[in-house]
Amino acid sequence: MSKRSGTARVLIVLTYAVFLLLLIIPLMQVVLSAMEHGVSSVLASLTRPEALHAMKMTLSVVVVVTLLNTMFGIFMAITIVRGNWIGRSLRRWLNSIIDLPYAVSPVIGGFMIVLMLGPNTVVGTLLADAGIPIVYAFPGMVLATLFVTFPLMVREVVPVLQEIGTQQEEAASMLGAYQWTTFWRVTWPSIRWGVLYGVVLTVARSLGEFGAVLVVSGNIMNKTQTMTTLVYQDVDNFNIASANSLALVLAAGSIALLLFMEWAKKRKGVHGDAH
Amino acid sequence: MNTLLQRRDVKWGFRSTLILYTLLLIILPIAGIYVQSFSGGVPVFIESIFEPLAWKSIWLTFRLSLIATAINIVIGTMAAWVLHRYRFPGRTLLNSLVDLPFALPTAVGGLMILLLLGPNSWIGSLAHAAGIRIVFAEPAIVIAMVFVTFPFVIRAVQPLLEEADRTQEEAAHTLGASKLRTFFKVLLPQMGPGMISGGMLAFSRALAEFGAVVLVAGNIPGKTLIASVFIFGEIESDNPQGAAAVSVMLLTLSFLVLWIVNTLQSRREER
Amino acid sequence: MHIEVRDLNKWFGDYHAVRQMNFSIETGQLIGLLGPSGGGKTSVLRMLAGLEQPDGGEIIFHGRVMNQVPPQERGIGFVFQHYALFKHMTVFDNVAFGLTIKKWPKDRIRTRVMELLELTGLAGTEKRYPHQLSGGQRQRVAFARALAPEPQLLLLDEPFAAIDAKIRKELRTWLKSLIERVGITSIFVTHDQDEAIEVADEIMIIQQGQLEQKGTPWDIYKSPETPFVAEFIGESTILDHVASLKGFETAAAWTESKALIRPEYIEVGKIGELPLKSACERGVVKALHFRGSEWLVEVTVADLPLKTYRPLEREVLKIGEEVDVLVHRVYMFSDEDHWVQENALKEDPMPIHI
Repeated sequence: MSKRSGTARVLIVLTYAVFLLLLIIPLMQVVLSAMEHGVSSVLASLTRPEALHAMKMTLSVVVVVTLLNTMFGIFMAITIVRGNWIGRSLRRWLNSIIDLPYAVSPVIGGFMIVLMLGPNTVVGTLLADAGIPIVYAFPGMVLATLFVTFPLMVREVVPVLQEIGTQQEEAASMLGAYQWTTFWRVTWPSIRWGVLYGVVLTVARSLGEFGAVLVVSGNIMNKTQTMTTLVYQDVDNFNIASANSLALVLAAGSIALLLFMEWAKKRKGVHGDAH
Repeated sequence: MNTLLQRRDVKWGFRSTLILYTLLLIILPIAGIYVQSFSGGVPVFIESIFEPLAWKSIWLTFRLSLIATAINIVIGTMAAWVLHRYRFPGRTLLNSLVDLPFALPTAVGGLMILLLLGPNSWIGSLAHAAGIRIVFAEPAIVIAMVFVTFPFVIRAVQPLLEEADRTQEEAAHTLGASKLRTFFKVLLPQMGPGMISGGMLAFSRALAEFGAVVLVAGNIPGKTLIASVFIFGEIESDNPQGAAAVSVMLLTLSFLVLWIVNTLQSRREER
Repeated sequence: MHIEVRDLNKWFGDYHAVRQMNFSIETGQLIGLLGPSGGGKTSVLRMLAGLEQPDGGEIIFHGRVMNQVPPQERGIGFVFQHYALFKHMTVFDNVAFGLTIKKWPKDRIRTRVMELLELTGLAGTEKRYPHQLSGGQRQRVAFARALAPEPQLLLLDEPFAAIDAKIRKELRTWLKSLIERVGITSIFVTHDQDEAIEVADEIMIIQQGQLEQKGTPWDIYKSPETPFVAEFIGESTILDHVASLKGFETAAAWTESKALIRPEYIEVGKIGELPLKSACERGVVKALHFRGSEWLVEVTVADLPLKTYRPLEREVLKIGEEVDVLVHRVYMFSDEDHWVQENALKEDPMPIHI
């Protein structure tokens, strides 16, 4: 490839420049800044009680949201593609509803939950009296994150289901298998890589969700504060070094997920071709 | 489990849960915003929107999102093209890095920009000496928006390039078309739909962005306060009415963009 | 399994896919559903299987109405058009699937699967995945899988459509002999008449959701009951007026009817070559097509274009040559009626070869 044309060389250099300036250098910057004051200071700011609590909070949200979103996402995808029990037009309508959260600013997403279930609403008061506060508490944060991650799983599984078609499932039912067996033995093996990819996306998104959670949680230290909202608070308090340490952990997590995503994508591709 | 699933009521239990879930999680909240914004009547709604600070924040968001989208269409198309066409060292790495902004928490993205271009960084101080403000000014907002929406155009153009037929380009060459002419007459039309739909998605995301921007914008009312941060401020200061009005404006704009993207896509699929 | 279908109807939205269909099938028969694509054959098959619900009528197996019985309980083997093999399972697991659902013990499953793989000539492939098989092998796996749970009825949807033309012929004979050996009632759908004629004991011709005719291939060929069947089966030319042909002058009386002529109804030869000179007529050779085992000859007789075959061992004709043409019979049909009209001038001196 030594005889590459001049334009090609210029374009490659330009592309490298874009990636360096926009992605690589900023990422390095986070690492470098965090290390500026030594590993011990990073560890110190990470072991602050509020930081530890924030990590626990983020982890809980990620786990609960991923579980719920995966379950409902698969079920929703099956309904959209195969659900003969709702009409065709309703299915198409559902299909476009799914994408709505993409268009909603996370702040608005959080705000909607405050409006519906906040302390000033009837439902919110009722639930709070029953001992289940939604807003400024864990359930609200889960709801907000669920809203934001809602399309991710559905959008991964729907095309796979459409591509595999119904014949394998029909073949299974002709051989005596009922729905549940058919799902686990025929449908699931075909969609599992798509589901895995959807899980990774959901984890990444719920790990990093900020705007919606900020509004719903009230960002109460040691109570509803997550890692991202703690980063925000640290920056607001000009405590850049602490923010940096947390950001480093988050970035490491995301990059691990990114690598996993690449791997899952490849597996998905390989699996998709093998027929 | 089989016999359980055969039972009518269990089946309907599943189904109504699904409908209820969608209704509660997506439809009711969105409807709620619209109801809230008009709860004080139309005049109050109009008043909230034309409140100068609100109006300015919406306009600022729109303007900067447009700039960010334009930048993204250019660099995104270029990156997609280079990653598709040329083989060079580090190509696979760059291709994997494209998705980084999707994987990275937006707050971390904002912090990265702050660290790199902020008043304490050498770029920041250099710019300051030259009299240019980057952070806590419009450039930083645009950069944050470009960062967050970076993958959209690339990921929309790449599949089109994959399915495009190299022979078309070769045919153009054999017919005597110059490289430049081939680019504009053959390649650009192939990438066009991806540039548009990817650009639209990037625009809609930029309009909605909060996390990355809130850290770098400085949020000076009337100057660098974008719509989503304005909404956040209104919520914090307990003014749901104002927050809802601006939300409705922003939402309607985003829905419009989403609707256009969907229409374009379904029309393309029909062909 | 004895099958009876009464007044079967199926709608897809506004489209009437199956209209008022009635038929019955005896145990052990191999039936071919033949007709143009989109004619409703597959819908009939899917309703028999229970994959589609009829909008009217009854499906009866052995005297029992099956309409409400789910596909899982009908005891039917189904071979799908593109086989629908479980692509994440090995050949063995594919064939064993139905048996594991029935909770057969492991060793019995193993014996049965191996027996079927042996029977279908797939021994040795049990550890492979579907994408590692050829088209013909996949079809055999689909077949073995459908047969494994010992169904009473086997349904095959376009079983040969996705296979190369060369292997297709081989598979057809193989399938026919295998079904005969297993002795299972079978119904297959096809749009290829050669396939139906070659494989089926009886053919059901279906067009626009209606059953046109049911009978053995020979019966259908020999005495088609509707103009559609006559035209669909075999090669043919349709003429508006045949009264100008020698020996068919009486046809002028039926002004409303048309005539269908098959190549086998006509003989062509050099002048004086044919017997029954009195019934012969002069024609001109318009075109000659070599068909591998014979010539297809296009001749015009009294301005009518006709097609016929000529054996290779006879002397080769030339284009433009004047020839003798003998039309043995035509098939007449009108909106109400249809019949076979023999050549009036011909007294049959020997059996006709068709």
